[in-house]
Amino acid sequence: MHAIHVSGLTKTFGSRRALDDVSLTIAPGEMVALIGASGSGKSTLLRHLSGFVAGDCGEICICGEAVQNGGRIARNVRDLRSHIGFIFQQFNLVGRLTLLTNVLTGQLHRIPTHRSLLRIFTRKERDLGLQALAEVGMERYAFQRASTLSGGQQQRAAIARALVQGAKVVLADEPIASLDPESSRKVMEILARVNREHGCAVLVSLHQVDVALRYCPRVVAMRDGRVVYDGPAAGLSPEFLKDLYCCDPEAASAGAPPAGAPEPVALPLAA
Amino acid sequence: MQTATPAKTVDPSGGFSRSSLGSLLIWGLVLGVLAWSWQGAEIRPMALIGDSANMAEFAAGFFPPNFADWRIHVSEMIVTVQIAIWGTVLAVVCAVPFGLLSSSNIAPAWIYQPVRRLMDAARAINEMVFAMLFIVAVGLGPFAGVLALWVHTTGILAKLFSEAVEAIDPQPVEGIRATGANVLEEIVYGVIPQVMPLWVSYTLYRFESNVRSASVVGMVGAGGIGVTLYDVIRSFDYAQTCAVMLIIIAFVTVIDLISARIRKTLM
Ligand SMILES: Nc1ncnc2c1ncn2[C@@H]1O[C@H](COP(=O)(O)OP(=O)(O)O)[C@@H](O)[C@H]1O
Ligand SMILES: [Mg+2]
Repeated sequence: MHAIHVSGLTKTFGSRRALDDVSLTIAPGEMVALIGASGSGKSTLLRHLSGFVAGDCGEICICGEAVQNGGRIARNVRDLRSHIGFIFQQFNLVGRLTLLTNVLTGQLHRIPTHRSLLRIFTRKERDLGLQALAEVGMERYAFQRASTLSGGQQQRAAIARALVQGAKVVLADEPIASLDPESSRKVMEILARVNREHGCAVLVSLHQVDVALRYCPRVVAMRDGRVVYDGPAAGLSPEFLKDLYCCDPEAASAGAPPAGAPEPVALPLAA
Repeated sequence: MQTATPAKTVDPSGGFSRSSLGSLLIWGLVLGVLAWSWQGAEIRPMALIGDSANMAEFAAGFFPPNFADWRIHVSEMIVTVQIAIWGTVLAVVCAVPFGLLSSSNIAPAWIYQPVRRLMDAARAINEMVFAMLFIVAVGLGPFAGVLALWVHTTGILAKLFSEAVEAIDPQPVEGIRATGANVLEEIVYGVIPQVMPLWVSYTLYRFESNVRSASVVGMVGAGGIGVTLYDVIRSFDYAQTCAVMLIIIAFVTVIDLISARIRKTLM
């Protein structure tokens, strides 16, 4: 059974084709980078996978169950989403809730509604939340409001929320795009660990190619809504990358692996 | 900035003169409406001046205030506050669902449009009118006042609540949605925490207004200090009227101050 299976997914916004016949299969436990210039359709693809948006045609299955098919979102999409941890560029935590409460929302799908609406969590559920926060190194801030924390700290808590969910698939949409280099490194290491130790399939869209090459053995590249490369990270040529980002001055400098970097295509965490 | 500013002032299409013509038109309209309303409202400033001797005598009747029955007045004022408390609490309980249902980012148009119209109706009719109607239904007394404030305040708070809901940041809600939570959980965890400070602030503000409103709904018989006020005015007992008014002012001021303090700490 595939963790993620997409076939023939197409989406047009007005006259603009944001996804063009995208097909993609990701096995359980894989860590895959999704790269491409801005506007190439990375976010749109990830949002389709979670059933936030309905495509025009094509099918998406997560862990063998259809999220959408032929432009119709599955009825049980909320159940299916509980298997999918979604990490957003802007973290999407609720600023006025504590970090722990934010993390505990990851298990709402398992809690009877009459209890969840009153925000009553059992000791066991709270312990699970604290444990997840400890795993991302944020247990010290459990009772602080999310809005009082830095972006990197919030993003780590967002990953803890996905852990509490018990997600089998983690989708991350530019999770480090608004973070400083040190926070970016921490977040990427945690994502890699989630992949390694929890066996989650991770599909992470990245703007920085060097980061993608460092953490992900497999890379999917998109351009104008199409998948233009799908294979080992090592198979990407500098010419291809330059071409991929040709219309995106913002990322042009990141287009090629940085010269003289200590470990250009090494995978330090793939133990 | 530097390029945008000259582009605006050297507008070749004559935008400046057109806008000044527009403002002239608006001023003309405003003056027209004022003149027209002057007639309808039968404003006669001369009456104030011509009857100034009467007015002075009338005003003198208020002083010194007669606090002989202050115990009764204070206990009626407390009833008034109690009417305001229950009128506001019941209104909040209803305004939360109605407010959410009249928010365009929560409910579909076929729900929020009718709910909004219903709330418009509740808001359009003054609480005095509701009080008179409820007196017919439940008889004279404070309960009619509570019901009147309840209906009118529900209309007001539902609108204010839904405006707060429509201004939320949708991203945290999507974060909750992504975990597989259901719609109610999205609201409880994603929406309510964002709007809570505003909702509490609006509620306190309405409570302040309801204390003032509760002191007038009594004038049609719906309980509280308004009943007393009506009686003393009707019996031309202006010294007592003055005492009652001072008690109302004291209560309203203290409540306003406390509630303003609480609202400030929330924001
Ligand atoms: N909700 C939407 N409405 C209209 N156009 C959209 C919408 N979402 C995305 N698009 C368009 O789809 C294309 C792909 O966008 P996106 O997936 O955000 O790219 P990326 O994440 O790779 O930068 C862009 O041209 C964008 O303008
Ligand atoms: Mg994007």
